[in-house]
Amino acid sequence: MEFMAPDFGPAMAEIFLACGICVILIADLFVSDRNRDLTFSLALLILIGTAWVSWSIAEPGQVLTFSGSFVADRLSQLLKLFAIVAVFVSFLYSRDYLRDRNILKGEYYVLGLFALLGIMVMTSAYSMLTMYLGLEMMSLALYAMVAFDRKSPVAGEAAMKYFILGAIASGTLLYGISFIYGITGSLQIGEISLAVARGGVNEVSLLIGLAFVLVGIAFKFGAVPFHMWLPDVYHGAPTSVTLFIGTAPKLASIALAFRILVEALGSMAATWEPLLLVMAILSLAIGNIVAIAQTNIKRMLAYSTIGHVGFILLGFVAGSSAGVEAALFYTIVYVLTAAAAFGIVILMSRNGKEADRLDDLKGLGKRSPWFAAMMLLVMVSMIGVPPLAGFYAKWWVLTALVNSGQVWAAVTAVLFSVIGAFYYLRVIRLMYFDDSDATGTPLSGGWLMRTVLSVNALAILALGLFPGGLFEMCARALSG
Amino acid sequence: MVAGMKGMSRNPVSGTDADQNGLAAWRLAMGIAVATFVISLGLYTQFDTATATMQFVERMAWIQVFNVEYYLGIDGLSLPLILLTTFLTPLVLLAARGVIKDRPAQYLAAFLILEGLMIGVFSALDALLFYVFWEAMLIPMFIIIGVWGGERRIYATIKFFLYTFLGSVFMLVALVYLYLQADSYSILDFHSLPLSQTEQFWIFLAFLVAFAVKVPMWPVHTWLPDAHVEAPTGGSVILAAVLLKMGGYGFVRFSLPITPDASRSLDTVMIVLSLIAVVYIGFVALAQKDMKKLIAYSSIAHMGFVILGLFIVWKILDQTGTGQGAVMGVTGAMVQMISHGLISGALFFCIGVLYDRMHSRQISDYGGVINSMPKFAALIVFFALANAGLPGTSGFVGEFLVIMASFRANFWYAFLAATTLILGAAYTLWMVKRVIFGPVANDQVAQLTDVNGKEFFVLAVLAVFVLTLGLWPAPLVDVLAVSVENLVNHITQSKL
Repeated sequence: MEFMAPDFGPAMAEIFLACGICVILIADLFVSDRNRDLTFSLALLILIGTAWVSWSIAEPGQVLTFSGSFVADRLSQLLKLFAIVAVFVSFLYSRDYLRDRNILKGEYYVLGLFALLGIMVMTSAYSMLTMYLGLEMMSLALYAMVAFDRKSPVAGEAAMKYFILGAIASGTLLYGISFIYGITGSLQIGEISLAVARGGVNEVSLLIGLAFVLVGIAFKFGAVPFHMWLPDVYHGAPTSVTLFIGTAPKLASIALAFRILVEALGSMAATWEPLLLVMAILSLAIGNIVAIAQTNIKRMLAYSTIGHVGFILLGFVAGSSAGVEAALFYTIVYVLTAAAAFGIVILMSRNGKEADRLDDLKGLGKRSPWFAAMMLLVMVSMIGVPPLAGFYAKWWVLTALVNSGQVWAAVTAVLFSVIGAFYYLRVIRLMYFDDSDATGTPLSGGWLMRTVLSVNALAILALGLFPGGLFEMCARALSG
Repeated sequence: MVAGMKGMSRNPVSGTDADQNGLAAWRLAMGIAVATFVISLGLYTQFDTATATMQFVERMAWIQVFNVEYYLGIDGLSLPLILLTTFLTPLVLLAARGVIKDRPAQYLAAFLILEGLMIGVFSALDALLFYVFWEAMLIPMFIIIGVWGGERRIYATIKFFLYTFLGSVFMLVALVYLYLQADSYSILDFHSLPLSQTEQFWIFLAFLVAFAVKVPMWPVHTWLPDAHVEAPTGGSVILAAVLLKMGGYGFVRFSLPITPDASRSLDTVMIVLSLIAVVYIGFVALAQKDMKKLIAYSSIAHMGFVILGLFIVWKILDQTGTGQGAVMGVTGAMVQMISHGLISGALFFCIGVLYDRMHSRQISDYGGVINSMPKFAALIVFFALANAGLPGTSGFVGEFLVIMASFRANFWYAFLAATTLILGAAYTLWMVKRVIFGPVANDQVAQLTDVNGKEFFVLAVLAVFVLTLGLWPAPLVDVLAVSVENLVNHITQSKL
């Protein structure tokens, strides 16, 4: 049998990144702790390079390679680009934080980049097995990152929980995949789709497979009732890792959901839509209501994530391609907003001490008017008030829902976002309306931290004033 | 031109925010607010009163994927409200000088942003743009009440935000539905969109929730007294004078023309709700001990007239067969909105003057103020009479037109509406009697100083306008006439 070299072209970005990671891994051995900035700069350079490669190999239309198990299309390009940006931003946020805690090690960047590699593989995966490989690569790196501060017992506990539950979810997903493989005889997304659409397959086994796959997806998203890990992990992990987990992996989750549910099992939409709908409504309800009772910002943001995931899932429920586009837009906007929110939490902690209770925000409006204003923008965007990006995300999902005739789901969603408004408002209230405690000092952070945060928050506003560009990118990503 | 005004009122944010020096910030903000007012006068002088089509139109693509446009334009219904906004904002900023000591620059910036957004609401012809302005306005108002408000400000401002937010999200769903039907967000396209009775019914309800909360109509009015009482003077003035009008404007721009048949079939409900507001809230106002609360309830009662004037249209048509009386009712409603903006704004300024001196709003803390503040007493008595609907003041014109129109529909509607002339007089004048006249209540009152030049200027300017509109309402009515007639013609034709 003759060996045919596959076309490596579409995967150049991943290959570049993998080589870069190896370079860092070796280079870091010769770098002393004092010069760790070298590793940091190198990691940033590699990210820029990866983005450039990924951008320059972009071709219109869909290109398959590696026997049809790897795809380069507009969706994967868009998701990769934003994932790279998210990781870039989270590295910028985390340097000072890690240094304050004496955990600024080269491994942090290596793990982060490995997670990114996993995410990029997931966005391009066109076979269930590639998908699973990407997922595991991402997850294993993330487990290690959560436990990165090995002296912190909370982080250790969080990592353990994350690992065990994550392993179960991966197992479930794999189990579901094996069912689908057994029935359709293929792992490749396109072939599965054809086989399912052709019919004549064992319906019951297919349903079982679908159910298990759905559980895996819901776990990765953090949708109710598979959300239990999320608050604990967000709370226990070092804040810079929370920021990491809260941003780029969400882009991978949406790729996972899109490839499996829409591309592979699209013809079974009538079956999975009601299941997703229930999970979406439950996520909206539990996320928004339980968040009210939180006293820790990280936990509050974790529940708020669950609420937002509900909205993202509703985009899928709408069924049309507009719905998925809306979900995509929502995810990207959410990633931006969450990065800024956790950025503030990082900025608030100083001298190696966390300041992640809601009460720590008291009087921020007087102490640091500028950062309070940035946090105000972030919170208002999360409520979904125009003219901030969060509004357009909700609006697009609502449009898709109403268009598919599910007006009542739209009404339920907006009702829960009104409930959600309450705890975001509480943050604003603590910053501006409560009198500052005497000991309060202004937030201090390096110039890097301050600049990134300002740019990040203002980007949310700019995107709110001129959302057209991102709308078109999302619409185009799925159109062909 | 409209965009220019909006730009002007928005830009100063960065300029004033960082400014430590209150005076420089104040000068800058005042300059911008006055300039905006002068520009808006240009809108008035160049306005063509002979046509009901949109004027000063600005139209640009904004979000092309969804056919959303940056589409502004004004007609006779929106122009008076824009002028009201640009006229009151400089006065509010003027009154703030020296009174707001905590973070004055941010206070001024918040009001300028608010002004820009309010002008945007009144001039947007794209429904999504309208919604953006409408919602965005919550943020500065939330901050204004929360930062510079009274003791229970946090409760009041969160209640205000959640109430209005809850109302408007339903409107958003309705707008999305309309967009999907019309494939456009242009409000004018919505006007001509044919809709079935069921569709109209639900859309009407969704709009009703949003606008009724804003107006506010009984029984969703409870946020208003809280917000008013806790807001700083300037916040109360803008809240009463402009924000409530946005609800009325919403009915005129959305509910009536988009869902005329649903409006027609539900008009009895609306009339009954507005009469409850007029009569019941009138009695509630009578029982208030806090001056701001009293004026807040009086606002609800007066806004009841606006709703009555708007929804009496079909009853008149059924009775008389002509649209003549209907035009009168709608004109009355519009005049009432402007007039109430001026009068209630002025009354809140008056209470602010007293509060700055005594730090109390309780009626029982006052008495005999006329002895130490004669000039002030004259002004507040004038505004109180205007609020009670004294002929010769603008308060009379609107109420009279609405009552006259109601007579053509049904004697009992008119009768109940007319009770406001008694109730309004009772609660306002009784308050004035207890505060201004009588023996001097205590030493503090005896030592009050009369209004200073700045306060006198603010109140006098308002008094002049109230009087002018009362004696000679023609400039306002001329602007309204053609647009109102056009509206009545449009809504009396069934869409089915």
